[in-house]
Amino acid sequence: MTDYLDLLGLPFMQRALLAAVFTGLAAPAVGTYLVQRRLALMGDGIGHVAVTGVAVGLLTGASPTWTAVAVAVVGAVVIEVIRERGHTNGDVALALLFYGGLAGGVLITGLAGQSGARLQQYLFGSITTISVSDVVVTMVLAVVVVLVCVGLAPQLFAVAQDQEFARVAGLNIRLYNLLVAVLAAVSVTVAMRTVGLLLVSALMVVPVATAQQVSRTFRTTLAGAMVLGTLASVGGLLLSAYASFHARVAPGPTIVLLALAGFVVAWPVGVWLRSRRRLREPFPVVPASVHDEIEDHPHEHGDDCGHVAVPHGDHVDYVHDGHRHAPHGRHYDEH
Amino acid sequence: MPDRVIELEAGAVALGGRPILRHVDLTVSAGEFVALMGANGSGKSTLVRALTGLHPLATGSLRLFGTPLHDFHDWQRVGFVPQRGGATSGVPASVWEVVASGRLTRRRLLRPMSRADRAAVSAALEVVGLADRSRDGVSTLSGGQQQRVLIARALAGEPELFFLDEPTAGVDLPNQEVLADTLSTLSGRGATIVLVAHELGPLAPLIDRAVVMRDGRIAYDGPPLAHDQVHHPDLAMIHVDALAHGHHHPEPERHDHAPHIASPLEGRP
Repeated sequence: MTDYLDLLGLPFMQRALLAAVFTGLAAPAVGTYLVQRRLALMGDGIGHVAVTGVAVGLLTGASPTWTAVAVAVVGAVVIEVIRERGHTNGDVALALLFYGGLAGGVLITGLAGQSGARLQQYLFGSITTISVSDVVVTMVLAVVVVLVCVGLAPQLFAVAQDQEFARVAGLNIRLYNLLVAVLAAVSVTVAMRTVGLLLVSALMVVPVATAQQVSRTFRTTLAGAMVLGTLASVGGLLLSAYASFHARVAPGPTIVLLALAGFVVAWPVGVWLRSRRRLREPFPVVPASVHDEIEDHPHEHGDDCGHVAVPHGDHVDYVHDGHRHAPHGRHYDEH
Repeated sequence: MPDRVIELEAGAVALGGRPILRHVDLTVSAGEFVALMGANGSGKSTLVRALTGLHPLATGSLRLFGTPLHDFHDWQRVGFVPQRGGATSGVPASVWEVVASGRLTRRRLLRPMSRADRAAVSAALEVVGLADRSRDGVSTLSGGQQQRVLIARALAGEPELFFLDEPTAGVDLPNQEVLADTLSTLSGRGATIVLVAHELGPLAPLIDRAVVMRDGRIAYDGPPLAHDQVHHPDLAMIHVDALAHGHHHPEPERHDHAPHIASPLEGRP
């Protein structure tokens, strides 16, 4: 245990923890708007395009982080323009860029004379090798992403919810759509060092999917996703550090699997909450409906008789075995 | 002379190079309740989308509240209820949140909602009869209730001019009646309403004026028509009856694909 605490005290671990916190906050914030627009895979598409950006950095000797930002922003804008023009389906546009980006990245890395292992740092993350300047860049970009996503939440929500309404409301929807695309590109590159380009979309989408299992409002989904994203990335990093005494455990996949584990736990809860809400939805009050009298009912319905009690106008119907039994004097009516 | 809210002159809309609306003139005065009617594909939704600026005009001029569309920025005076299946998206949202997004026209960037904003959202929910559902998720509402949420969203901005695209499509009769009550309240407050409808149903008594579209042109513009009249093959006949009542209409138009044979003896019907 003291070994573990010593490990956490090392500078590279502290840098990794900082990067994990900021990545975990920023990625789900943008992800919420992508999921709202049913573009959950856009982060993945941008991630693939960013591979080419990293390779360009390796080829030219420039910082791969900045070339990845530049190429990812260009890719995100292209995806957005193709989607807006509507010439291709949104998902086809994404697919085209997926493969182009990945193939270009691998090809250019080869041209640069770099090994696959060097590229792999970016594909699957290498949070423990992150440098001080990379941490600073990650933190600044993440703060910008979070501030924009939270500060402009009313506008971004309206545009993602209903583009036509937002446009008639006088919002410049093209500007906001491009803003979301650029934010997505920036958070992809922010998360690149943490979980890697191929897994980046998981950190953008999975916490949102988990949060919406239990939330009913957009605001709680956004906040919940950011909290869950941070828990997953910090938790995954700590877990992989702890496990590293026994085996080779990479932080990136650990973070993603921890986020997925959160979803696996939340999903049955969501299913249960939704079915419970559906069962207890009040029955509509329809005037002059016919009902049968049940003469000999062996069971006494009551507040805690175990049957679902559903409000129905001025009384309660007890639901069991396909019946809706309403107490009426000394007998029950079938409603 | 009442204020002219919408003035469309010789408007034409082309989508992907194909002319959809041709030579459409439409003037709507403040406080009018206009129903745009016609069969599927007649261009009534396209006309509303042109009037809201969603489709650019290929030719012609459009003025809203006396200002050319190009210079029009008072979007808080316009409320729009788009044609769509529901109010849901990929992320859960509460009824309150969706309605509150209609208040954006009057909110400044990066400012929290003021007391007046909250009051307007509550009032809008009250008008459509969904005040008790404001905290529920939109996806738990029925289709008709979701339509009412979209109307409340337009109401929240307190506009003077409403565009509603097929608000009654796929909505059951009780919800249509609530809708009619809502629109009657709005109309009573002096709002101008332009409504696209395939069938009017309970809205029929509220209409001041019917505009019937056929094949991208206005085939009739006058007092409300019964449903069978709207789809009558010879709207021009109704036209003449309406003229007798002293309304002003454009010249009766012939369908431009049908051969037009006229001789000096035929004259006007």
